[in-house]
Amino acid sequence: MFLDAGKYIFYFLVFPGFIFTLAVGLISVWIDRKVTARVQWRVGPPPGQPLYDILKLLGKETIVPKNSNKTLFLSAPLVGLGSVTIVSVILWLASVYKISFVGDLFVVVYLLMLPSLSLMIGGMASGNPMAATGANREMKLILAYELPFLLCLAIVIIKSGISINMVDLAGNHVMGSISGVLAFLISLLCIQAKLGFTPFDIAEAETEIMEGPYIEYSGVPLALFKITQAMLLFTLPVYLISVFLGGLNFRGLGILWTVLKYVAILVVIIVIKNTNPRLRIDQALKFFWRFLTPAGIVALVLAIIGHISGIDWL
Amino acid sequence: MSWKIWALKKSPWVFHVNTGACNNCDIELLELLTPRFDVERFGIKLVGTPRHADALVVTGGVTRQAAPRLQEIYRQTPKPCVVFAIGSCACSKGIFKKGYHMIGPVDKVIKEVDPEAIVMYIPGCPPKPEAMILGVVKALAAL
Repeated sequence: MFLDAGKYIFYFLVFPGFIFTLAVGLISVWIDRKVTARVQWRVGPPPGQPLYDILKLLGKETIVPKNSNKTLFLSAPLVGLGSVTIVSVILWLASVYKISFVGDLFVVVYLLMLPSLSLMIGGMASGNPMAATGANREMKLILAYELPFLLCLAIVIIKSGISINMVDLAGNHVMGSISGVLAFLISLLCIQAKLGFTPFDIAEAETEIMEGPYIEYSGVPLALFKITQAMLLFTLPVYLISVFLGGLNFRGLGILWTVLKYVAILVVIIVIKNTNPRLRIDQALKFFWRFLTPAGIVALVLAIIGHISGIDWL
Repeated sequence: MSWKIWALKKSPWVFHVNTGACNNCDIELLELLTPRFDVERFGIKLVGTPRHADALVVTGGVTRQAAPRLQEIYRQTPKPCVVFAIGSCACSKGIFKKGYHMIGPVDKVIKEVDPEAIVMYIPGCPPKPEAMILGVVKALAAL
């Protein structure tokens, strides 16, 4: 019993959980900044830069605004951090150790929404009008991307023979069908919005509303938000891999494949980020509701027809 | 040297305050972020709010209207932080020395709020980007 508890604490804090996700997340943030710099023909920051940023923020003064709700303001970053850690543990345990429980897919989807929610709560609690505008935009963005995201998940569930278990999903081959490829592309764009990357960085637009919900944060809470973002940059591609691309595999050449899949998704996200301007919030809503949601519904219908009539490639 | 100062030297985030400059220093300041100089090599990043900043970059001599705002921005910045006075006007009022609308150079206005404040002077009209980088290096070495 105690041994089990120790093992799970290790899972949460060290290996697939906090420290490991943070380490890979910081490397991913560095890759992001370096690739961005190279696209703009600059040299870019040194490899340790994300770590230096976070260490510096941990050492700075934390200011709580007078008009804010102090408890909410300071606890909001912890909500996001905790949820990303749990998602990472669930994904890795399912993919690598084949430990899973019924319905963990839905737990993952709900927990992936919590970082956005924590951002909104923090922004609203800070009592700053810019932060409120940012939180407002984040809320609209959630309403926009959550529906196509869930439609894609429904396609994957149908393709894997109506299973809501991460382990069963990791073994299937969704990408061998039209609806699967469509679902993957739509999910990729939804993940771009979940990460808050251009063209969907409307909530924290630096040039219009001055980083939106983050505007009043300084010191340790800001560092926690930066850590959450870094961990999301690792966790969301891992989610895509384990749902669409056959899961993580660490036996023999599988390591190479897993790393390749991860780096490929990361670079696609970064290239989309660097080649697009920021959309307005109404343009983003139109993009998700008029293009991606109908596309998701078409893919879902194809998947259902394929499932009923037994045609694999639909 | 404590780890806090070490990390601060590795990633100084900069907030740009214009307290009545003629825009010349601002243009030279933006030059630093372009591919030619690329200060992100040293971890320097331009941020949108004083709450995230470690260094305030002030351009222009401080006018009557701008002085209370500059002091408020300094109070909003989490400590430890550094102030850079960029250009002749910010260092010593420059050619506006006798102007009726000038309260004073940047260091005088900042030191009304915090006598212990660290202020770096980078003179020039406008200062060259190389001079600004040298000023930042010297300021970080003095921390």
